Amino acid sequence: MSEQPSTDHLKDVAGDCVHCGFCLPACPTYQLWGEEMDSPRGRIHLVSQLLDGAPLTPATATHFDRCLGCMACMTACPSGVQYDQLIEAARGWTEHPDQAPAGPPARADAPADAPAASPAAISAPARFARRSLRDRTTRAAIFAVFPYPARLRALTAPLRMAQRTGLDKWLAGSGLPAKVSPAAEAALRLAPPSAKRTAGQRLPERVAARGPRRAVVGMLTGCVQSVFFPQVNAATARVLAAEGCDVIIPRGQGCCGALSGHSGRHAEAMRFARATIETFEQAGVDAIVVNSAGCGSAMKDYERLLADDPTWAARATALSGRVRDLAEFLAGLGPVAPRHPVPVTAAYHDACHLGHAQRITRQPRELLGAIPELRLVELPDAGTCCGSAGVYNLLQPQAARELAVRKADSVLASGAELVISANPGCTLQISAELAQRGKVIATAHTAEILDASINGRPR
Amino acid sequence: MTISSLVPRMSRICGPGNVVTDPLELRTYECDGLTSHRATPALVVLPCDAGQVAAVVRECAAAGIPFVARGSGTGLSGGAVPREDGVLIVMSKMRRVLEVDPLARRAIVEPGVTNLAVTQAAAPYGLFYAPDPSSQVVCSVGGNVAENSGGAHCLKHGFTVNHVTGLEVVTPSGELTWLGDGTGVPLGYDLLGAFTGSEGTLGIVTKVVVKLTVAPQAVHLVLAGYATLAEGGRAVSDIIAAGIVPAAIEMMDALSIEAAEAAVACGYPQGAGAVLLVELDGPATEVEAELATVMKIIEAAGATEVRTADDPAQRFAIWKGRKAAFAAVGRLAPAYIVQDGVVPRTALGDVLARISALSASSGIRVANVFHAGDGNLHPLVLYNDAVPGEAARAEEVSGAILDACIEYGGSITGEHGVGVDKSRYMPRMFSDDDLDTMQLLRCAFDPASLCNPGKVFPTPRLCGEVPGHHRAPHPAVVSGDAAAAGGDQGTAPQSPPMEIF
Repeated sequence: MSEQPSTDHLKDVAGDCVHCGFCLPACPTYQLWGEEMDSPRGRIHLVSQLLDGAPLTPATATHFDRCLGCMACMTACPSGVQYDQLIEAARGWTEHPDQAPAGPPARADAPADAPAASPAAISAPARFARRSLRDRTTRAAIFAVFPYPARLRALTAPLRMAQRTGLDKWLAGSGLPAKVSPAAEAALRLAPPSAKRTAGQRLPERVAARGPRRAVVGMLTGCVQSVFFPQVNAATARVLAAEGCDVIIPRGQGCCGALSGHSGRHAEAMRFARATIETFEQAGVDAIVVNSAGCGSAMKDYERLLADDPTWAARATALSGRVRDLAEFLAGLGPVAPRHPVPVTAAYHDACHLGHAQRITRQPRELLGAIPELRLVELPDAGTCCGSAGVYNLLQPQAARELAVRKADSVLASGAELVISANPGCTLQISAELAQRGKVIATAHTAEILDASINGRPR
Repeated sequence: MTISSLVPRMSRICGPGNVVTDPLELRTYECDGLTSHRATPALVVLPCDAGQVAAVVRECAAAGIPFVARGSGTGLSGGAVPREDGVLIVMSKMRRVLEVDPLARRAIVEPGVTNLAVTQAAAPYGLFYAPDPSSQVVCSVGGNVAENSGGAHCLKHGFTVNHVTGLEVVTPSGELTWLGDGTGVPLGYDLLGAFTGSEGTLGIVTKVVVKLTVAPQAVHLVLAGYATLAEGGRAVSDIIAAGIVPAAIEMMDALSIEAAEAAVACGYPQGAGAVLLVELDGPATEVEAELATVMKIIEAAGATEVRTADDPAQRFAIWKGRKAAFAAVGRLAPAYIVQDGVVPRTALGDVLARISALSASSGIRVANVFHAGDGNLHPLVLYNDAVPGEAARAEEVSGAILDACIEYGGSITGEHGVGVDKSRYMPRMFSDDDLDTMQLLRCAFDPASLCNPGKVFPTPRLCGEVPGHHRAPHPAVVSGDAAAAGGDQGTAPQSPPMEIF
């Protein structure tokens, strides 16, 4: 089984682009820099060049790395180009240069006009053009920790200690983390303040429906969500139960593979996907409700991820068909639990993997808009990524920060007292930027606000 | 001087991060919105202010290296196709809205600002920027000036040239100067008018002063479905004959309706042979009175379905289908040519019939989207570039359509410009004398032929050459009304910069 879609298939996908440029203003990196190579149209062009046999140069790899994968371009594209397939393939090539259509890249110090894919370019020294050691180490560290909630949780103890003692502020002020690794600096800056203790908040395996049972649903608890935002998972379970759902929360569930898949680590993503499919198949549920936009998007994509795997393709398709985002599921189910007033002016922030990748923008607004006394305001740049984008804010901290600044400006100008988002990464990103400015604007997940309204208590 | 020796100079001017030399990166700039014409630039620079643009142009002029300006790269005539032996000057980093003056109803913007961003900046004051190309979300104001861009609403509100009152430009010799005084009333020769629509051949725009228009009190959009284009065409003629000037009258045929539906689910009448959009704007009472007349005409012409929309969200939903139509056609065929012919409104039916006959006899599908109000046709000639010979046949059909437009007293371009794509059709519309006279103007600005050379005119020619290889000097020169451009015969004059103002 190949880990990459065929060159011919990718050429067909890239061929759908008519070069109209409608994607340019939607692209966060084009908004930042105004350069063709850092626009979707430019990246599609680069992919096409590689498919035609051009070598993967370090400069080209940089443009793929800089893509947030927010998929705003797919929403903007009138020609229906499946950009997600192209960028995922390109990320695979940057992770495994030997799998790029023309083989490994030329050396970074090779003359720019070196002939494409000459034997010399494929020989041993070519490996030097891989990512820098620091970049590879950072990535290895991220993917050794984030997809494993237990390891992630273990890291939060020293983090909390540092925050309590003020060590984190001292470190940030010293500029030391930035010198060691920009990713480490970003991680310190983004870590939520005094993460709540998670012990005792462990969810049961089954939460029974309140009132007549309307559905039996499985729930994904996620990695970042379960470690940093356990209260969101608890709220999700309470809301689902209040709306008449038996909620099954399988104990053995692990990472869904979203972070790996969105970063070109296809083999790892497939491994996580197979395990997740197995776990939820055994749960015997009507739907799998996901409260993290990135995870939901990845699980809906299992179908494509495992399409070439004969033993898993059908199971992947069946599972993807049952995945629902929380807002999508609740809007489809219709409300039965009475709502109480939540008097607040709130801005709803579209997580890219919900708004663009899953095209779910209406349902969360409907759910929130139906809460008495909750005034929903729109952010003028609602379609633009906040810069979080999975682990982008660790790998491309500078660009991520600039986007966070823009999003925070937009939130502050909206007059909202509360920002509601359906993705833990966005919440961390926006909160961190607002906190840097000393602004107190609460952030919450859609589930928490619905929970507050249904259960009639302030957060 | 070679181009590579320019790199350190350009890096000093624009900053090293704003000079592109990587071969793969350079290739991403090889074409604009018309992909059938491509050339990889030798060098790309992205200046950040007018001073940098002027300095870059001075370097090119001194080195005798051609240069091309590019905005968002959405042009549809290949006007921003680079030169392989030249520098591409990309204006996309110059995108600040410098000033919005609601009292003077004026905005000053940098050329890389998108068309829609001007309207967004003006909207809080109840104003908007009237020219609205379908690509307005992305196309740049600088590019609009170069192409004298139109749009659906130009029928009533006019083209870019009617809304630009001042331009800061860099001349082809690298001089920074202003054209127009911001009032819109030309004093002396209308150089502003000459520059607008010059397709990047007279210089590079670095600041644009635009008029802002008061947002109309009422806007009403009518959508009508017809079985045939002819019936829709009759409605168009009757509306204009009734003395009504709608803000826009647009028509789409079955194929474009299908594409738009697939792209943005715009919900146009299913199975219709034509969809007509008529937008009325102005004082509420006027719009109301006009609407009554328009509805009568539309129904009398045999509309199968009529819908109206007066709130912005509904109108946006309907317009979305029309504005996405070009790119949406990418769903019907791997490649297509967008034509931009113009015919007298009265000849619309005949020319459409001719297009349909051309399509039938060649087997090349043609989708039609057009600004029916001013007879500006946008036939989209569909082909598959993987099928040998199909691109050539599509090109033939495309040329035959333009011939039909000229035959009926129309023109080869309404709003997309001539660029590189239609320059070869120029002699079908203009005599050698006409073209030579245009060259005189061009040479007055760009005697060295370095500024976007190879565009607009069918045969590239240095300004010093005797226009027309078989003929005497230009009649205006012979009569003493004009000086022979460019000085010495036979050689291109180099710097020093020519004083033209």
